[in-house]
Amino acid sequence: MPKKPIRKQALASVAAIAALCVGWAAVAAEDEPSLPSRHWGFQGPFGTYDRAAAQRGFQVYKDVCSACHSLNMLYYRNLTELGLTQDQVKGIAAEIQVPDINDDGQPIDRPARPSDHFKKPFPNELAAAAANNGKAPPDLSVIVKAREGGPDYIQALLAGYVPFDKLTPEQIKAASVTKDDNYNTYFPGHRIAMPPPLADDKVQYVDGTKATLGQEVSDVIEFLAWASEPHLEDRNRTGVRVILFLLAMAGLMYAVKRQVWADKH
Amino acid sequence: MAPSHGAPPVFNNKLIAWIDHRLPIFTYIEKEYHTFPTPRNFNYFWNFGAIATVMLVLMIATGVVLAMNYTPNADLAFASVERIMRDVPSGWLIRYLHMTGASFFFAAVYIHVFRGLYYGSYKAPRELLWILGVIILLLMMATAFMGYVLPWGQMSFWGATVITNLFSAIPVIGDSIVTWLWGGFAIDNPTLNRFFALHYLLPFIIVAVVALHVVALHVHGSNNPLGIDPKGPQDTVPFHPYYTMKDGFGVTVFLIVYAGFVFFAPDALGNADNYIPANPLVTPNHIVPEWYLLPFYAILRAIPDKLGGVICMFGSIGLLFILPWLDTSRVRSCAFRPVYKWFVFLLAINMVLLGWCGANPPEGFFVPLARVCTAYYFFHFIVLLPILGKIERPLPLPPSIAEAVLKRKAG
Repeated sequence: MPKKPIRKQALASVAAIAALCVGWAAVAAEDEPSLPSRHWGFQGPFGTYDRAAAQRGFQVYKDVCSACHSLNMLYYRNLTELGLTQDQVKGIAAEIQVPDINDDGQPIDRPARPSDHFKKPFPNELAAAAANNGKAPPDLSVIVKAREGGPDYIQALLAGYVPFDKLTPEQIKAASVTKDDNYNTYFPGHRIAMPPPLADDKVQYVDGTKATLGQEVSDVIEFLAWASEPHLEDRNRTGVRVILFLLAMAGLMYAVKRQVWADKH
Repeated sequence: MAPSHGAPPVFNNKLIAWIDHRLPIFTYIEKEYHTFPTPRNFNYFWNFGAIATVMLVLMIATGVVLAMNYTPNADLAFASVERIMRDVPSGWLIRYLHMTGASFFFAAVYIHVFRGLYYGSYKAPRELLWILGVIILLLMMATAFMGYVLPWGQMSFWGATVITNLFSAIPVIGDSIVTWLWGGFAIDNPTLNRFFALHYLLPFIIVAVVALHVVALHVHGSNNPLGIDPKGPQDTVPFHPYYTMKDGFGVTVFLIVYAGFVFFAPDALGNADNYIPANPLVTPNHIVPEWYLLPFYAILRAIPDKLGGVICMFGSIGLLFILPWLDTSRVRSCAFRPVYKWFVFLLAINMVLLGWCGANPPEGFFVPLARVCTAYYFFHFIVLLPILGKIERPLPLPPSIAEAVLKRKAG
């Protein structure tokens, strides 16, 4: 076969791929609204957690979220990683009564210790579902990793509620919501069981920060991101060292390889 | 044709000589990894065998440590993985190395397979070498699938549901086979237990088949970018230090990219849904496998009939077993096949498109696209390869490797 038609074929296949990409863009446009995205301090290879924000976020979790959402994978002792002292953590834990069994084998409630898991708001999933219109609130231990879009999605969700009287008739019809339902722009299907959890002044920050909705959302995400990936800072630090070592190693390898091959090329 | 390995080596160290006289492992290493005559004209595509070997060892090493901390129980598995991530010292590192390692093992192997396709490494006398490679690929897919089930997240559970249900398409005995695979009437604890046992077992079988793959490789030696056999010492170099150094460099560069993902984007290649604990009552919106299985998943869904889809999916890999006989061209390397060369690239693009279809719900234009790509896949192997080998006029082959290398150096 002569050469020219093949070039043409290659061109044609490139054109076909371009056409496919345009088609894909059209398909993507029909999906859920795109998430407003921002840069979070814990993203990127040098990312770290903002301790102050995460401590405020813990306060939001403790005062608001923990009424319904568990945080099963965490221990109270983990809070020292956010910069709280041992005594502060002991104090936080001691305010909470957790179920246990005493030496006589009888069920009791006792003050929590730093070595205890975060207390569950409901004894089991059935009880959680029964108390929340049939849908158990999800555990938040890895929530930032368990949602497409991560922190951006959770931010959009927490601030994405639209009150019933502000909805257009089309939105009401499309999501088939009544005034007893909660409409959220970013929740798949828009009808969400969770009522708007946060609002201005929902918590009173101990550090005096003004508790706007945006501040609370941002803080609680900082806390939940840490809860989902507590070793992120260690991972990033190790990563930078490993990559630097490998780069030096690769350079050395390349130099030796050139040397070895010098007489063969 | 493998040039002679020369006289047996003489060892000065008395202990080594004593051992080697009784168990000639040092002679073996000397012959197969030191003086072993290797074509002098490899390009960097030839690094990927060594890279895949390194990844296999790394996967087994990290996997054994993970198994020490993992609990294969439907109620405890998810939490035990999170415990590894949080409370086991450096557990996060071991798990991310393993999780990301699966992707990079497949990436290395896919490049290795593409290398074989492009340079005709499957042709005589390397047919069995190629077939052993396809067996390794199948074992890897089974191992990776079962490993993905172990964290017992939503995608673990539903991926396992989709894949095991494929067997129900087999007429008459299909449902019994599925019950047998599950160890019950639903995917549950017995399924998780057996998947864990098999996930631990299969990698060692892979090691055994890799050993056979290497033995078969060392009978006739490696193919090379020109696809012509070495004709004498001027065409080859000893494996060590020439290719040990080149492989060392290639492996290190590969590890840089791998480490970039492990440390800075460990979840980028996974699915967020797998951080939700398995729930048999809630089906995820889109059930998708890991990226490396997407093209085959697309083939499965492209066929409107369930049994047909299953046959095509397994057939797409089954075809690779007879590839050495489907290709009728006597020229190995695509460097000298002016027409087929483009179709190999087209096949690679086709695989990427299939993967893209597999990642998206089977709606809209993904349906016809997946069908066209599936059709091309089979057309490529069943129609194009046999016919093209007969009608294509290959370019003239160089007289020897050394001459081609020296000519390129001069020009």
